[in-house]
Amino acid sequence: MATLVPPAPPLHDPAWRARVGWTLAALAVLVPAGWLAEFNPFALWGDASLRATWQFLATFYPPRLDAPFLRDVAVATWQTIAIATVGTTLAVLIALPLALVANRTLSISAFAGGRMCALCATLRTGIRWVLILLRSIPEIVWALLFVRAVGLGDTAGVMAIALTYGGMLGKVYIEIFESSEAQGTRALLANGASRTLAFAYGTLPTCLPELVSYTIYRWECAIRASVVMGFVGAGGLGQLMELSMKMLAGGEVVTVLVVFVALVWLADTVSAFLRRWAA
Amino acid sequence: MNESGLERVAVAYADGTIALADVSLTLAPGEQLAIIGPSGAGKTTLLATLACALRPRNGRVMVLGREPWSLPSAALHALRGNLFLAPQTPPLPPRQRVVNAVLAGRLPGWSAWHALKSLIRPQDLAAAHDALDRFRLVDKLFLRCDRLSGGERQRVGLARLFVSHARLLLLDEPVSSLDPALASAALEVLQQEAHARTATLVVSLHAVDLALARFPRLIGLRAGRVLFDLARAEVTDALLAELYGAELGLSFQAPPSEAEARMKLTRSP
Repeated sequence: MATLVPPAPPLHDPAWRARVGWTLAALAVLVPAGWLAEFNPFALWGDASLRATWQFLATFYPPRLDAPFLRDVAVATWQTIAIATVGTTLAVLIALPLALVANRTLSISAFAGGRMCALCATLRTGIRWVLILLRSIPEIVWALLFVRAVGLGDTAGVMAIALTYGGMLGKVYIEIFESSEAQGTRALLANGASRTLAFAYGTLPTCLPELVSYTIYRWECAIRASVVMGFVGAGGLGQLMELSMKMLAGGEVVTVLVVFVALVWLADTVSAFLRRWAA
Repeated sequence: MNESGLERVAVAYADGTIALADVSLTLAPGEQLAIIGPSGAGKTTLLATLACALRPRNGRVMVLGREPWSLPSAALHALRGNLFLAPQTPPLPPRQRVVNAVLAGRLPGWSAWHALKSLIRPQDLAAAHDALDRFRLVDKLFLRCDRLSGGERQRVGLARLFVSHARLLLLDEPVSSLDPALASAALEVLQQEAHARTATLVVSLHAVDLALARFPRLIGLRAGRVLFDLARAEVTDALLAELYGAELGLSFQAPPSEAEARMKLTRSP
């Protein structure tokens, strides 16, 4: 009777050459990249730039803390949080259905080792392209576009975040779905569940903590992004800060900056809490 | 006719490994049988092929009187709703509650709307309760699946069978995480259910003694081929020794005596 013992593998690591090759390739790309970017931190210490910086910084003290200004800051802070939250929620509503359709694990035609139907494969590729398009345009560019279209204010910021972040979330959702343990989902498909329900009963409960964690991190990013977008007129703290900067009112700038730091700290605390809840 | 079966079926994986070669068998409605054989013999592949979860390279598959691979995709998937495949590791998402994991057995019959509602408020609590009761696990109904022990997880995975309406039941090592007494009791419950709904029950087992004790028909699978397909009474110790004998290069040694072989078999995982 034939023996079932397979031949012994060779006594050198077959992955070694590839590993060295990729390391060299990475260096070959990174070294010229740093050179091309003209990375030169010493420009900061030039005489003229030091003096200009110092003059602006000197106006930072004392911070402006009178009641009318603080009220403006509070309203702007609330606007910033609202823009980030509504924008992220809309982004999830864009990303989740697209990721559900593009998910290859849920392909019923490819389920039993068959080929994915041509139409489905085209649809999946199409969705990946839509997601690339959405996120390749930076939110600040979307914001400029929407400020033109709907005027100054929060709506532009919300739309900009929804589109860019929808693209980012969709891409990462697809990756989470396809790299997670597919056993639960596949068992449901094998027993005749539809793809939507296999998703709801198999994929979603398996991936939920990762989805929540990443979405919350994106919400935190959206808070920062909505500040930046304020500079182009999309509402919130950024718009307030831009005004203060233009008037060289350092005291106002520093107050807004302090609120800004507090906001990011708050986002971090909330997201830590939500992650514990989802785990 | 509601027969199921394989005719000269060959299955190969993408890397060229032959998992099943020239396998034929027929399963009558209400029939119960066990598949035994050494690790890597193709037991899981055989069950997956019967479950239409794997398309064979050659040969004909028949499931509940229909040829799945000549059906259009939608009809094939509807057919999958009539069978129940329980994989070796229970397919339970760790954060899902037991009640939803069990009621997932109802998905082929439920509308999407009904199934989504059930995630908010369980729609057939009585069925889930009854299913768990058969394995004496009712107290776990609202726990999360990651709170269960290995043996409990395995039985919760099987409890899904009781809420399904499947008529071809394919169970891959269904009692591998249970102690001998519990394993026998669990098989008893499963066999009663299969009998009650005249469903075909195919179970792969590594515990040969359990297979001999509980199933009237045994199929011995070795290196992707059917070594024997016999009634329990005709399965001899010599056949069993041949079935497991050449594992791990044992073929170089003298054949073990029947008593030794039997001890090996009952212990080997």
